[in-house]
Amino acid sequence: MTARAAGDRFVEWAPAIAVFVLGIALWEGAIAAFHIQQFLLPRPSDIGKTFWTSRHLLWPAGWYTFKEALGGFVIGSSLGVVCATIVARFEAIGTALMPVAIAASAIPIIAFAPIFDVWLNPLSPTSKMAIAGVLCFLPVLVNTLRGLQSASPRQIELMRSYAAGEVEIWRRVRVPTALPYLFTALKVASVLAMIGAVVGEYFGGAFNALGVLIRSDAQILDFRTAWAGILVASLLGLSLYGGVVLLERVVVRWAPENRGS
Amino acid sequence: MSTDVVVKIEKVTKVFPRGNVIALQDIDLALVPGEFVSLIGPSGCGKSTLLRIVGDLIEPTSGTVTVNGKPARRARLDHDYGIVFQDAVLFDWRTVSKNIAVPLELLGWSREKRKQRVEEMLELVELAGFADHHPWQLSGGMQQRVSIARALAFEPALLLMDEPFGALDEMTRERLNLELLSIWQQLGSTVVFVTHSISEAVFLSTRVVVMSPRPGRIAGIVDIDLPAQRSVETREDPRYFELVTQVRELLRKRGEHLLPEEEAQLLETAE
Amino acid sequence: MSAVAIGVTKRGRGGGIGRAARRSAAVVLLLLALVGFYELYRWVWSSAGFTWPFVVDSTSMPHMWTILKAFGQPAQVNQPPLITILFHKSLFTAKEAIVGFGLGAIVGFGLGVILVHSRLLQRGFLPYIVASQTIPILAIAPMVVIWVNPRLPGPFQGWGSVAVIAAFLTFFPVTINTLRGLQSADPRALELMRTYAASRWTILWKLRVPTSMPYVFSALKLAATACVVGAIIGELPSGLQDGLGGAILNFNQYYSIEPQELWATNIAAALLGIVFFVTIVIAEKLIVRRAPENVG
Repeated sequence: MTARAAGDRFVEWAPAIAVFVLGIALWEGAIAAFHIQQFLLPRPSDIGKTFWTSRHLLWPAGWYTFKEALGGFVIGSSLGVVCATIVARFEAIGTALMPVAIAASAIPIIAFAPIFDVWLNPLSPTSKMAIAGVLCFLPVLVNTLRGLQSASPRQIELMRSYAAGEVEIWRRVRVPTALPYLFTALKVASVLAMIGAVVGEYFGGAFNALGVLIRSDAQILDFRTAWAGILVASLLGLSLYGGVVLLERVVVRWAPENRGS
Repeated sequence: MSTDVVVKIEKVTKVFPRGNVIALQDIDLALVPGEFVSLIGPSGCGKSTLLRIVGDLIEPTSGTVTVNGKPARRARLDHDYGIVFQDAVLFDWRTVSKNIAVPLELLGWSREKRKQRVEEMLELVELAGFADHHPWQLSGGMQQRVSIARALAFEPALLLMDEPFGALDEMTRERLNLELLSIWQQLGSTVVFVTHSISEAVFLSTRVVVMSPRPGRIAGIVDIDLPAQRSVETREDPRYFELVTQVRELLRKRGEHLLPEEEAQLLETAE
Repeated sequence: MSAVAIGVTKRGRGGGIGRAARRSAAVVLLLLALVGFYELYRWVWSSAGFTWPFVVDSTSMPHMWTILKAFGQPAQVNQPPLITILFHKSLFTAKEAIVGFGLGAIVGFGLGVILVHSRLLQRGFLPYIVASQTIPILAIAPMVVIWVNPRLPGPFQGWGSVAVIAAFLTFFPVTINTLRGLQSADPRALELMRTYAASRWTILWKLRVPTSMPYVFSALKLAATACVVGAIIGELPSGLQDGLGGAILNFNQYYSIEPQELWATNIAAALLGIVFFVTIVIAEKLIVRRAPENVG
């Protein structure tokens, strides 16, 4: 990385870091100054301490839940891509299906969590994976489909002038055009997956799952550990999101956001 | 120049069902190899439609088009022509080299041959240093040159161009005109060139076909008898001005159908 | 020269309604097809005795007809039919969702407006706005409930805190899309406004806001779903019995005895989400049709 690029990166991130530092400082200060009930909103330093001291409990639980989220993310997104490809191939189904898919994404899927628990043992990670998967499936389907349908007519004309067949047009035009859309959806899905797994566990799950832990900690009013658990969940969700962003930088190098030089 | 006909357009009519627009009516035109023919006319005269019919991208309502002795569809499937649009239509996700290589990949050329040909093309359009750039890093004029390089990559005998320089500024346009002429002479291809600009049409062509709208018809054809080697000085040649005037008159005369804006636009570009 | 106008898509009255009717018919057909598929799956799996992915019987997959019948019957003795109960619970949850939607939309829009005027603020705060959505709100919900509730005025007690949770899920898509929409104004139009020495406020309302309408509506559609999800989830730890969240928890307990009641509740929740969504879609059609704002 050149000095200039490093400098640019710094300028980009400095405000966010400043806000973080300020925010934490304010938080600590406000709690001390206003004697806010610590049991409800602990000091960041306390949360940090608990994050570390309870790590044998929290971190494995986080990993357990993360695996559910990851599994759901991968399966749900893959299904979404496959279905989008099938639907795009047969245009008639596409136009009929779009409004349904969009309406389906208006359904609060999380409400179906208990039913997934009934079907797939609530104590097994599969039930949470299923919820996470369904949550990921819809945005990926809708966005990928839109991407596959958005190749410019001129590009298609160009390919026809080369006597290119459907397969070639798909390979060389439709798929690359759809990639940015796919990644937008994956970013959304990555966050939803983790949330879906944690919330799904609220309805019932293995004792070593993060969602269950957070819930029981809150119930016994051990908010310090609950917040530390939330921190774990949040960090894991962010890391999945970050992973997708990094992958996007590599795969979709031509997208306006990723244009370097 | 042989007397074989490379493109034969016979009694081509095209009606667009929506709105019952007669885009083209009974068009007859024959092109011999090595010609540079411009199609010029106001909006709605059907010049772009005619170009696309020759390229088998649109089907005529009636009439036939023969390219290299085959029906237009066969010619397309046999890759007998290259096409350049008004906007470069490059693939953002490929580098310049890879963009030029697209038709070659589709034709199944080996990697060796592709690499070599792409290098030759880059030399031809004077973009040798930009092989690994991406389209968004290039100016409009440069993108069009890539587009032309791509169209010529597999050395088609026929080149179809739909207002390729329309989106560029005057100076870039004139420069690219010269480049195109030089390429045309090097390769000896036949060119069908759609344009809005009278000066461009006269400068580049061996023949200018003037079309008129509603319904789309050929109003007249002007033979351009300027010397084969053209340069910046040609634009100051008195014969050039005469020909420009001739074309303009033809447009005017058959342009009773022209709306004031259309006429003004055409006359503007002749300056 | 070129007038910078925000285009409005005109659609003939008759054509619009005809198309809507055809679409509704297609949707109904698709729903019937889905129900058919459900029953088919059920029949095949229970006849063949497959155990993967799960055993199919009248508990795990009640017949559609059983579920529909359950709407008409009381859930418990001496109570009105399920559909009435679910209707009232839906209204309760809808109340929370609407307030949450309004709150979240206002906050989101306001944040978008503030952020569009400062790249510095954007860089400083956007990462946290994005990160905020990775916090599983269900986990914070109990704390929100405990903290917010006592501070709410009388009539808002109880369900008010749920509305706050709904707002939390709502503000994010609204912020992001408002920001993107406000930023999408044509730079040339901005320049034009500056030649008129227009103040930032004027530019905001006469140019940026109208240009951002498509984005805002797309955000509102997401928000419509989010506020319903937020309301349902928010009810779970709150102990409130009056809404759909409470009903889900309740019927979940009795699932082995009366599975169709949970399914019925889920259908009610799905309908609520769809109703909210469709409302925004209709609002969009009405507003966007009526308000072209021309600049210059």
